[in-house]
Amino acid sequence: MSQLTTNIGALTLKNPVMTASGTFGYGIEFEDLVDLTGIGGIIVKGTTLEPRQGNPYPRMAETAHGMLNCVGLQNKGADYFCRNIYPKIKDIDTQFIVNVSGSSPETYAECAAMMAELERIKGIELNISCPNVRQGGMAFGTSCSGASSVVKAVRAVYPNTLIVKLSPNVTDIAEIARAVEAEGADSVSLINTLMGMAIDVERQRPVLSINTGGLSGPAVKPVALRMVWQVFEAVKIPVVGLGGIMNATDAIEFLLAGARAVEIGTANFIDPAVTVKVVKGINDYLDRHGYDRVENIIGLAHKQ
Amino acid sequence: MNEKIKKHILDLSVVRMCELSPGYFEIHLISACGTIPEMHPGQFVQVRVDGSPETFLRRPISVNLLTVDHTELWLLVHAVGAGTKALACLNEGHTLNLVGPLGNGFTLPSSDEYDTHPLLVGGGVGTAPLLFLGQELSQRGIRPTFLLGGKRKSDIMQLEHFQLLGDVALTTEDGSVGERGFVTQHSIWHTDAFTQVYTCGPKPMMVNVARIAHEQKIPCEASLENMMACGLGACLCCVEDTVEGNLCVCSEGPVFDTSKLKWI
Ligand SMILES: Cc1cc2nc3c(=O)[nH]c(=O)nc-3n(C[C@H](O)[C@H](O)[C@H](O)COP(=O)(O)OP(=O)(O)OC[C@H]3O[C@@H](n4cnc5c(N)ncnc54)[C@H](O)[C@@H]3O)c2cc1C
Ligand SMILES: Cc1cc2nc3c(=O)[nH]c(=O)nc-3n(C[C@H](O)[C@H](O)[C@H](O)COP(=O)(O)O)c2cc1C
Ligand code: FES
Repeated sequence: MSQLTTNIGALTLKNPVMTASGTFGYGIEFEDLVDLTGIGGIIVKGTTLEPRQGNPYPRMAETAHGMLNCVGLQNKGADYFCRNIYPKIKDIDTQFIVNVSGSSPETYAECAAMMAELERIKGIELNISCPNVRQGGMAFGTSCSGASSVVKAVRAVYPNTLIVKLSPNVTDIAEIARAVEAEGADSVSLINTLMGMAIDVERQRPVLSINTGGLSGPAVKPVALRMVWQVFEAVKIPVVGLGGIMNATDAIEFLLAGARAVEIGTANFIDPAVTVKVVKGINDYLDRHGYDRVENIIGLAHKQ
Repeated sequence: MNEKIKKHILDLSVVRMCELSPGYFEIHLISACGTIPEMHPGQFVQVRVDGSPETFLRRPISVNLLTVDHTELWLLVHAVGAGTKALACLNEGHTLNLVGPLGNGFTLPSSDEYDTHPLLVGGGVGTAPLLFLGQELSQRGIRPTFLLGGKRKSDIMQLEHFQLLGDVALTTEDGSVGERGFVTQHSIWHTDAFTQVYTCGPKPMMVNVARIAHEQKIPCEASLENMMACGLGACLCCVEDTVEGNLCVCSEGPVFDTSKLKWI
């Protein structure tokens, strides 16, 4: 059995496979279908300081090898999470990470500070890359100054592992990664969804209620992998890779490109037990190639 | 009550496939272990459709029937697009991968309510969950009335099964069978007194059924068919705007008390 443990800053994961925010609820929705304790980490639904209703229906469009969504961060707010969700997940033996979003650096920081109070939440993932909200979200993640302002505000109040989730909807993602590293982020995760759209030719109208949405699933994988490759070369902090991972081979590609851990999103809709299968697949790969630790293959594709 | 029914990832095999009328298929599935797990009327399964990049997501399909002995699961599929057409092409012996049962089903009257007289109103393929509901009511000693509608005679399926379980009233838009018109125009609404209405079908039909039930002060439950991705309450794609805000049709429905919906 190979050693699958990996570290993201001070956070230790029992294996490098996590679930991506917004695709796995709070984990408990999947508990009948997959052993949650076999997953390295569960990144819960995007959480904001105040409750949000999200965008109107329709919020989803299927596309070739993927899907578009414009959920728009519907959630019951940070206080509801602390009171009603946290007690239900705190005894499950895996790392829970809260995906935090906001409309200003102050609201991000306030929400992050509330999460710092929860003993079992050892890290947060800052979502500065949601393409489906008018205020905040991606507006912060598409400029170095915007990204820095949020990370700076949160870093001042949040002592635990701080992962910043980057948007692919930029010209140079490495530049944004360097900007958040400079403000003290412990890690970057990428990618969030790519902005896209679909049109219903019979109705001659966009399919989604707000016209555009974020593309996810295997259709985005080559773009995500290229960005992980570039960011790995640009920063020293650990990189978490995601975008279109459907199986162990996809996940191993991300590890070889430089990711210390991966997240699986849309694939959970196709196979609710995909995460534990990917863990097993990574383990088999390490055994087959004679590596005793997953660490040994991280970034390996960059070496001559 | 049915929230506690355990969800599974199941590989079932097709034992029988029949085209009931053009484009409508009844698929009978069995499990290698002999029994299909517990399911509740109104719940659905997420069916994996392999073979094309266009059918990437699973397709939600209602439980049409779980036989009383739990040996067979039936699905009734209307082939409307790539995914349902692929399901229509399955042959005996094929394996189908399902996640389910999902969602909350219809509320069943408790067995001490002897004066229960439910009306089950279905349109097109929306009659699918009503067969299972009819069987469950009948098992509890309640004789339901079915009101089934379609554009023409060939849209009305599984009639012989419904007739075994209760009284059946029919409407077709062309008058080829039953009364001419829509289910909401059938005379039965004026001649009989019902204690509960259950409905599944095209949304405009369900909205009108809910209106009549509301006027007659009969409680009404409707099964919604919003577009879904996960089917598990995780992605929040399938929401319906209700008096309680946006609720997930997959996990908080698909069956809703219509007084919760902003229809009337
Ligand atoms: C809870 C639930 C239960 C259902 N039960 C049944 C059933 O028992 N039998 C059955 O035949 N169908 C049922 N449906 C509808 C079925 O899921 C869709 O017809 C199917 O997903 C369409 O897929 P497709 O690839 O064939 O068509 P697509 O090419 O995806 O679409 C073809 C057409 O169907 C519409 N459509 C797509 N997805 C849905 C959807 N989820 N709901 C309604 N319309 C949709 C599209 O707008 C389009 O007009 C149910 C849907 C839900 C949500
Ligand atoms: C329905 C849906 C909801 C999402 N919600 C969030 C969210 O709340 N916060 C966030 O950071 N990312 C969110 N994402 C993005 C995913 O976490 C992930 O970055 C993206 O889907 C790419 O990974 P994948 O191809 O494996 O799905 C969402 C994605 C989907 C499909
Ligand atoms: S389909 Fe994902 S929440 Fe309903």
